[in-house]
Amino acid sequence: MSALLAALNILVFPGLVFVLVLGLAGQFVDRKLHARLQNRVGPPWFQPVADLFKLLGKEAVVPEEADRRMFVMAPVFALAAAIAAFLYVPLWNARPVFSFDYDLVVVLYLLLIPTLTFFLGGWYSRSVFSTIGAVRSITQLFAYEIPLLVGLLSPALLADTWSISGMAAFYQAHPWYWLVNLIGFGVCLVSLLGKLERVPFDAPEAETEIVAGSFTEYSGRYLALFRMAVDTEAIVASSLMAAVFLPFGLGLPAWLGFLVYLAKVGAILFALALLRTVFARLRIDQIVDFCWRWVAPIAFLQVIIDLVAKEFLPR
Amino acid sequence: MSDYPPVVTIPIGPQHPALKEPESFMIDLRGEKIDAVRMRFGYNHRGIEKGCEQRSYTQDLYLVERVCGICSFSHSTAFVMAVEEIAGLQIPPRAKYIRTIIAELERVHSHLLWLGVAGHEVGFDTLLMYTWRDREQVMILLTQLTGNRVNYAMNTVGGVRRDITAEQIPDILKVVDSLEERTKYYIDLALREETLIKRLAGVGKLSKEDAIRLGTLGPTARASGVDRDTRRDDPYLAYPEVEFKVVTDDHCDVYGRVIVRMGELMQTYSILRQLVKQIPAGDITVKAPRRIPEGEAFSRYEAPRGEDVHYVRGNGTEKPERVKVRAPTLGNIASVAKMLEDGYLADLPIVIAAIDPCFSCTDRMVGVTDLAGGDHRTMGWEEVSRYGIEWHKARGLDLSRLRIPGGIGA
Amino acid sequence: MSRIRHRPGEMISVVLGSLFRKPATMKYPYAPFHMPDRFRGAPQFDSSLCNGCKLCVRDCPSGAITITRAEGDPAVLPEGQKKRFDQTVDLGRCVYCGQCAETCPRKVITMSSDFELAQVAKGNLKVTYHASPSATAQAGASSSPAASPAAEPEKSAGEPQG
Repeated sequence: MSALLAALNILVFPGLVFVLVLGLAGQFVDRKLHARLQNRVGPPWFQPVADLFKLLGKEAVVPEEADRRMFVMAPVFALAAAIAAFLYVPLWNARPVFSFDYDLVVVLYLLLIPTLTFFLGGWYSRSVFSTIGAVRSITQLFAYEIPLLVGLLSPALLADTWSISGMAAFYQAHPWYWLVNLIGFGVCLVSLLGKLERVPFDAPEAETEIVAGSFTEYSGRYLALFRMAVDTEAIVASSLMAAVFLPFGLGLPAWLGFLVYLAKVGAILFALALLRTVFARLRIDQIVDFCWRWVAPIAFLQVIIDLVAKEFLPR
Repeated sequence: MSDYPPVVTIPIGPQHPALKEPESFMIDLRGEKIDAVRMRFGYNHRGIEKGCEQRSYTQDLYLVERVCGICSFSHSTAFVMAVEEIAGLQIPPRAKYIRTIIAELERVHSHLLWLGVAGHEVGFDTLLMYTWRDREQVMILLTQLTGNRVNYAMNTVGGVRRDITAEQIPDILKVVDSLEERTKYYIDLALREETLIKRLAGVGKLSKEDAIRLGTLGPTARASGVDRDTRRDDPYLAYPEVEFKVVTDDHCDVYGRVIVRMGELMQTYSILRQLVKQIPAGDITVKAPRRIPEGEAFSRYEAPRGEDVHYVRGNGTEKPERVKVRAPTLGNIASVAKMLEDGYLADLPIVIAAIDPCFSCTDRMVGVTDLAGGDHRTMGWEEVSRYGIEWHKARGLDLSRLRIPGGIGA
Repeated sequence: MSRIRHRPGEMISVVLGSLFRKPATMKYPYAPFHMPDRFRGAPQFDSSLCNGCKLCVRDCPSGAITITRAEGDPAVLPEGQKKRFDQTVDLGRCVYCGQCAETCPRKVITMSSDFELAQVAKGNLKVTYHASPSATAQAGASSSPAASPAAEPEKSAGEPQG
């Protein structure tokens, strides 16, 4: 595609501006749902925007003992990786902005980077609470990442391709095949809670134990970037899950497909908000235990189902 | 191998999101496991006991009430019971019943508050929101009965200041019925919710022997099987005339403390119904002298957190000679170090919250450490005053003409 | 542990039900909020009834009340005219316990329901109730302040304003 069109796609729609706006909207939806589920009123629609501007305007304090370069770069990398991943996810049709073979693996890798930056940011803050939070972040990575990867890769097994757009095209050609992957959808939903560091997998950011975990020393615009990165990660991961597990309605005209896409992402955000509301926070050792004892085996079960389906379902 | 992971000291407090009131816990951590806990108190010291000596008994009622917000009625009643004992006053039975009703309503609001805070400490904010929403009913009821949500100002030396009218009794019963249903739901939740049980069970273990040895009180002790309750062992107010069970549990951990407090709530609803049915007619106050004769008295009261003890010594004047307050958290705090042995850092907030700490009640004394010399010493009132004046003089402020006031309003 | 089945997410039915109910939040200050009758707000004084015994001053736990002779009275009062007193209550020191109202033998003090008492300048927290010029026991209409903070009676001149 022409350079101008590519630049427009990357920077405006459906790239940088679009995903940032969607990230803020997603944060609002999550907070409002969380509040209404708890019988409260919740914030007004502009609250995430207001928070963002407030944080951007505050003084950013960098601790004296922190490694300034890593401290400042970590949030930038987190946001950049999350936005970059979005470019390869098909939204309302089977053609994302860019696609190539094996881009599913690249997207999963790009989504891994924010967690690494949480670790690095917390580690190089050189504060006790940040260090504990950073170590918990990485420990939790060992817990949820395998089920997440396996869960997301199993529909690819059925579609016999590692490219997300290829998978979308396959499922578009064979409607109802996505029903085979519903167990994987559940597994990925639970693992997504771990990636986004939400209750019950909230240990890296446990407010009542370690103040704010990796983000303890962050303030001002660096904190704004980190929060933006988390919101964007939520949208990107939800879109990825919608593209991989809910690949229906992809042949519709663009505006209708866009609404279907928003509905899918909204449903996933609703499920995340609901799961966030009804559980208590688990201890880090309980998280690792739970993920390896229950979530990972079910993810592997999904792989087996897909392999069996690949044998028996007509292509 | 025993040197790894290395020991890191982290400060929980004095300012920390886990603590509702400032206290200092220095935790030695190995990875996620707690090695040692060092506690320091005194951050909430406000000089209330000294302040009581300079105010009349009537004024002291309001000062003692503000020792704590959640158990304010406990302190106010314990103080006034001690004063009435010195003065030899027999308060009318209706006043006893009214005091007991307010005391039990305070227990309801305190335990519901605690359940919400416990939920918050384990990251279960939904429980916090729902329990505090339900608690609003009893707060509004208390405003209707007493005039304020906390710090009820109901007690006066010789009785109570406001009566409970016949129109208010159905309101009390309505709140009791509604909250009883909600409490049953929370008990059910505590028995079933998997993530809550995972966080609460097996955490903060305290055996029965340790509970007795470390001097724990109230629900913390009762959850370890220690069968002590001042309302039954040393009855006061209207408790001799109502029937209730003392709830104990054998879990010996935080989960047991949840069970005990919820069970106590159910007992409280039953007590309130009995009180409202049996309340006798009559006066609500007897005339009390302004000057309380010489004598001393010791009063015990079962606050929501445990046994609250007040000691008052009168010397025949309008102002007490000495008032001493021993809050239940002071007894319970020693067990925190034992409970945290071999625990995880993640368990620390809920273990501290499980004793229902009220550090405002507890801090009656400040420890001053000379950081340069590591020297601890005790200073009397005159010495502290002189030290303060010298310290300020060295910095150019002359405060030597500042008199300690002889009494407010004198 | 008991044999009751543990289930994660036990609250889910209640929580989903809340989506369809009105929030439990009261919309104060965007909606008015009225305190119950017995609520103890700012104390109000009826200066015409006050005889200057100062029992309220003595019993106040925080020393919030000051009683002074009303201005403008001659040193020697004419026959039959009672002494008049001004009362000042420092709402910043007041703990709203209501002891003054109970102690006062002439029922000068009532506890209003007014709780919206915040002021920007500390001096504005001192509220003075002036005795009316007439010597007869009026209902004290001219000395009773309006309940809203905007129309407070004269603020004390002792503290710097603003």
